[in-house]
Amino acid sequence: MEILINLGYLVAAVLFILGIKGMTTPKTAVRGNQFSASGMLIAVIVALLDHNVVSYEYIIIGVLIGGTIGGIMAKKVAMTDMPEMVAALNGIGGGASLLVAAANYLESQKLAEMGKFVPTYDWSIAVILSILIGAVTLTGSFVAVGKLKGKIGDSNKVKLFKWIVKLCLLTLLAGAGYFAAVDPLHADLLVAGLIVLCLVLGVCLVMPIGGADMPVVVSLLNSYSGLAGAAAGFVLGNNGLIITGSLVGASGIILTSIMCKAMNRSLTNVLFGGSMAATAGVSKSENDAFYEGKVKFSSADELAMLLDGAQKVVFVPGYGLAVAQAQHATRELANMLEANGAEVKYAIHPVAGRMPGHMNVLLAEAEVPYDQLVEMDTINPEFSQTDVAIVLGANDVVNPAASKDPNSPIFGMPILDVHNARTVVVVKRGLSPGFAGIPNELFIRDNSLMVSGDAKKVLQDTISALKDL
Amino acid sequence: MEMFIMSLTIFVLAIFVGVEVINKVPPTLHTPLMSGTNAISGIVVVGAILSSGGSEHTTVLSTVLGVAAIALATINIVAGFMVTDRMLNMFKKK
Repeated sequence: MEILINLGYLVAAVLFILGIKGMTTPKTAVRGNQFSASGMLIAVIVALLDHNVVSYEYIIIGVLIGGTIGGIMAKKVAMTDMPEMVAALNGIGGGASLLVAAANYLESQKLAEMGKFVPTYDWSIAVILSILIGAVTLTGSFVAVGKLKGKIGDSNKVKLFKWIVKLCLLTLLAGAGYFAAVDPLHADLLVAGLIVLCLVLGVCLVMPIGGADMPVVVSLLNSYSGLAGAAAGFVLGNNGLIITGSLVGASGIILTSIMCKAMNRSLTNVLFGGSMAATAGVSKSENDAFYEGKVKFSSADELAMLLDGAQKVVFVPGYGLAVAQAQHATRELANMLEANGAEVKYAIHPVAGRMPGHMNVLLAEAEVPYDQLVEMDTINPEFSQTDVAIVLGANDVVNPAASKDPNSPIFGMPILDVHNARTVVVVKRGLSPGFAGIPNELFIRDNSLMVSGDAKKVLQDTISALKDL
Repeated sequence: MEMFIMSLTIFVLAIFVGVEVINKVPPTLHTPLMSGTNAISGIVVVGAILSSGGSEHTTVLSTVLGVAAIALATINIVAGFMVTDRMLNMFKKK
């Protein structure tokens, strides 16, 4: 039986790998996801066959509660809210790992009383790591959700949080050392204290990070949620958990490094450097003076005329598109332009939006063909042949200062070279600075026009103006 | 200790497999990749099932924790796979 169970976990792990492999093209991705889901089903069935499972009523209760909540979440969530959804799921995963570690700790005490278990150093270390990663993922993710929703603002108490983090880590190290070295099986209070400590640590690690850096944080917490599972696998001695946890961990790490590269910042700088707007940003009056009298304002009617004669149009979506829910209006306008004979593309910066691939999902929802979504390195040489580039709620990722001004806080960050287009139309609600807290030279260039307003409204007005032409 | 080294070996090798496979996922699918891996990390439900299966070495508290863990992990699994499927179908249409 034991052999059969372990073979079952192996099959599940293979299905997960095949499932992720399916994600390498949009065509095979749906099937890939089904592979992963069947792998999960096998893993669950195998676990139910384990000789340690003698009654099913509690299991069924747990599954019913979780399944209902999960199903409702998946059906109801809007595509614009995917970053919050993924962040929340990261946290829930971390919470589950934490609870498994705690439950296993209590069971090990009982087993030891029965003389069936002797704690080892590696078991003690695995328990502590599992608690640490699980708890940090849990609270860290929910702080991230709050920041994504805009309910938790950027903090200017970066130093205080850093100080608390250091204190937490030192206490944790001492506590963990005591736990492993002295008497791991009679340390209920210590374990409870360490759990609380790690929960606090999660909050203090994410609090000082700026809203703009959320793509990095969400990816990193995604990685943690996997590693938390792997750590639980070490505690339980379950290879299925270890393999799967490390797959998820690797995925999160890769996405984190892609996000960091796209912002030209190191992970340490993102995690401990504080919010850019709070450290390097300009004041409101400096910002106003920068733009004073230099921005050419335009209207939806003028934009429609401009687009009427355009051969090649590139849309540059940013977080503002998500906020305004303008993806469908964008697609409608693009359809009209294509019917007019124009070539339409979408330039996607890796950190546009609040999570990796955020813009792609929104535009896919509006049925934009994915081959029109072009990555930064491919689209940049094309801007010089572009008649109109329409920037929809993006700011820092199109700021030319990133490539020209060595004193700029975002210098070195790869940007979309929209300023090379014949005309750049910036659709934006106002002239307030972007996440980096600095003004954007693009808006005052000769070939730039500004249309103030909500992206969706402006696009709809442009569509009706185009119809009247 | 032997058991630990075995597990560590598997852990390290699996990370390498993960990096190889995931590096090939195009940026377009990064959001579904994240929600999909969210679902997969619900595998910890396995540990939770073993804790709430009512065998002799469980206690009241450990069973309560186990059931709560099952509920959380199931949220991850169900919401993760369903929302990923929803997104991927939008990509598939064309």
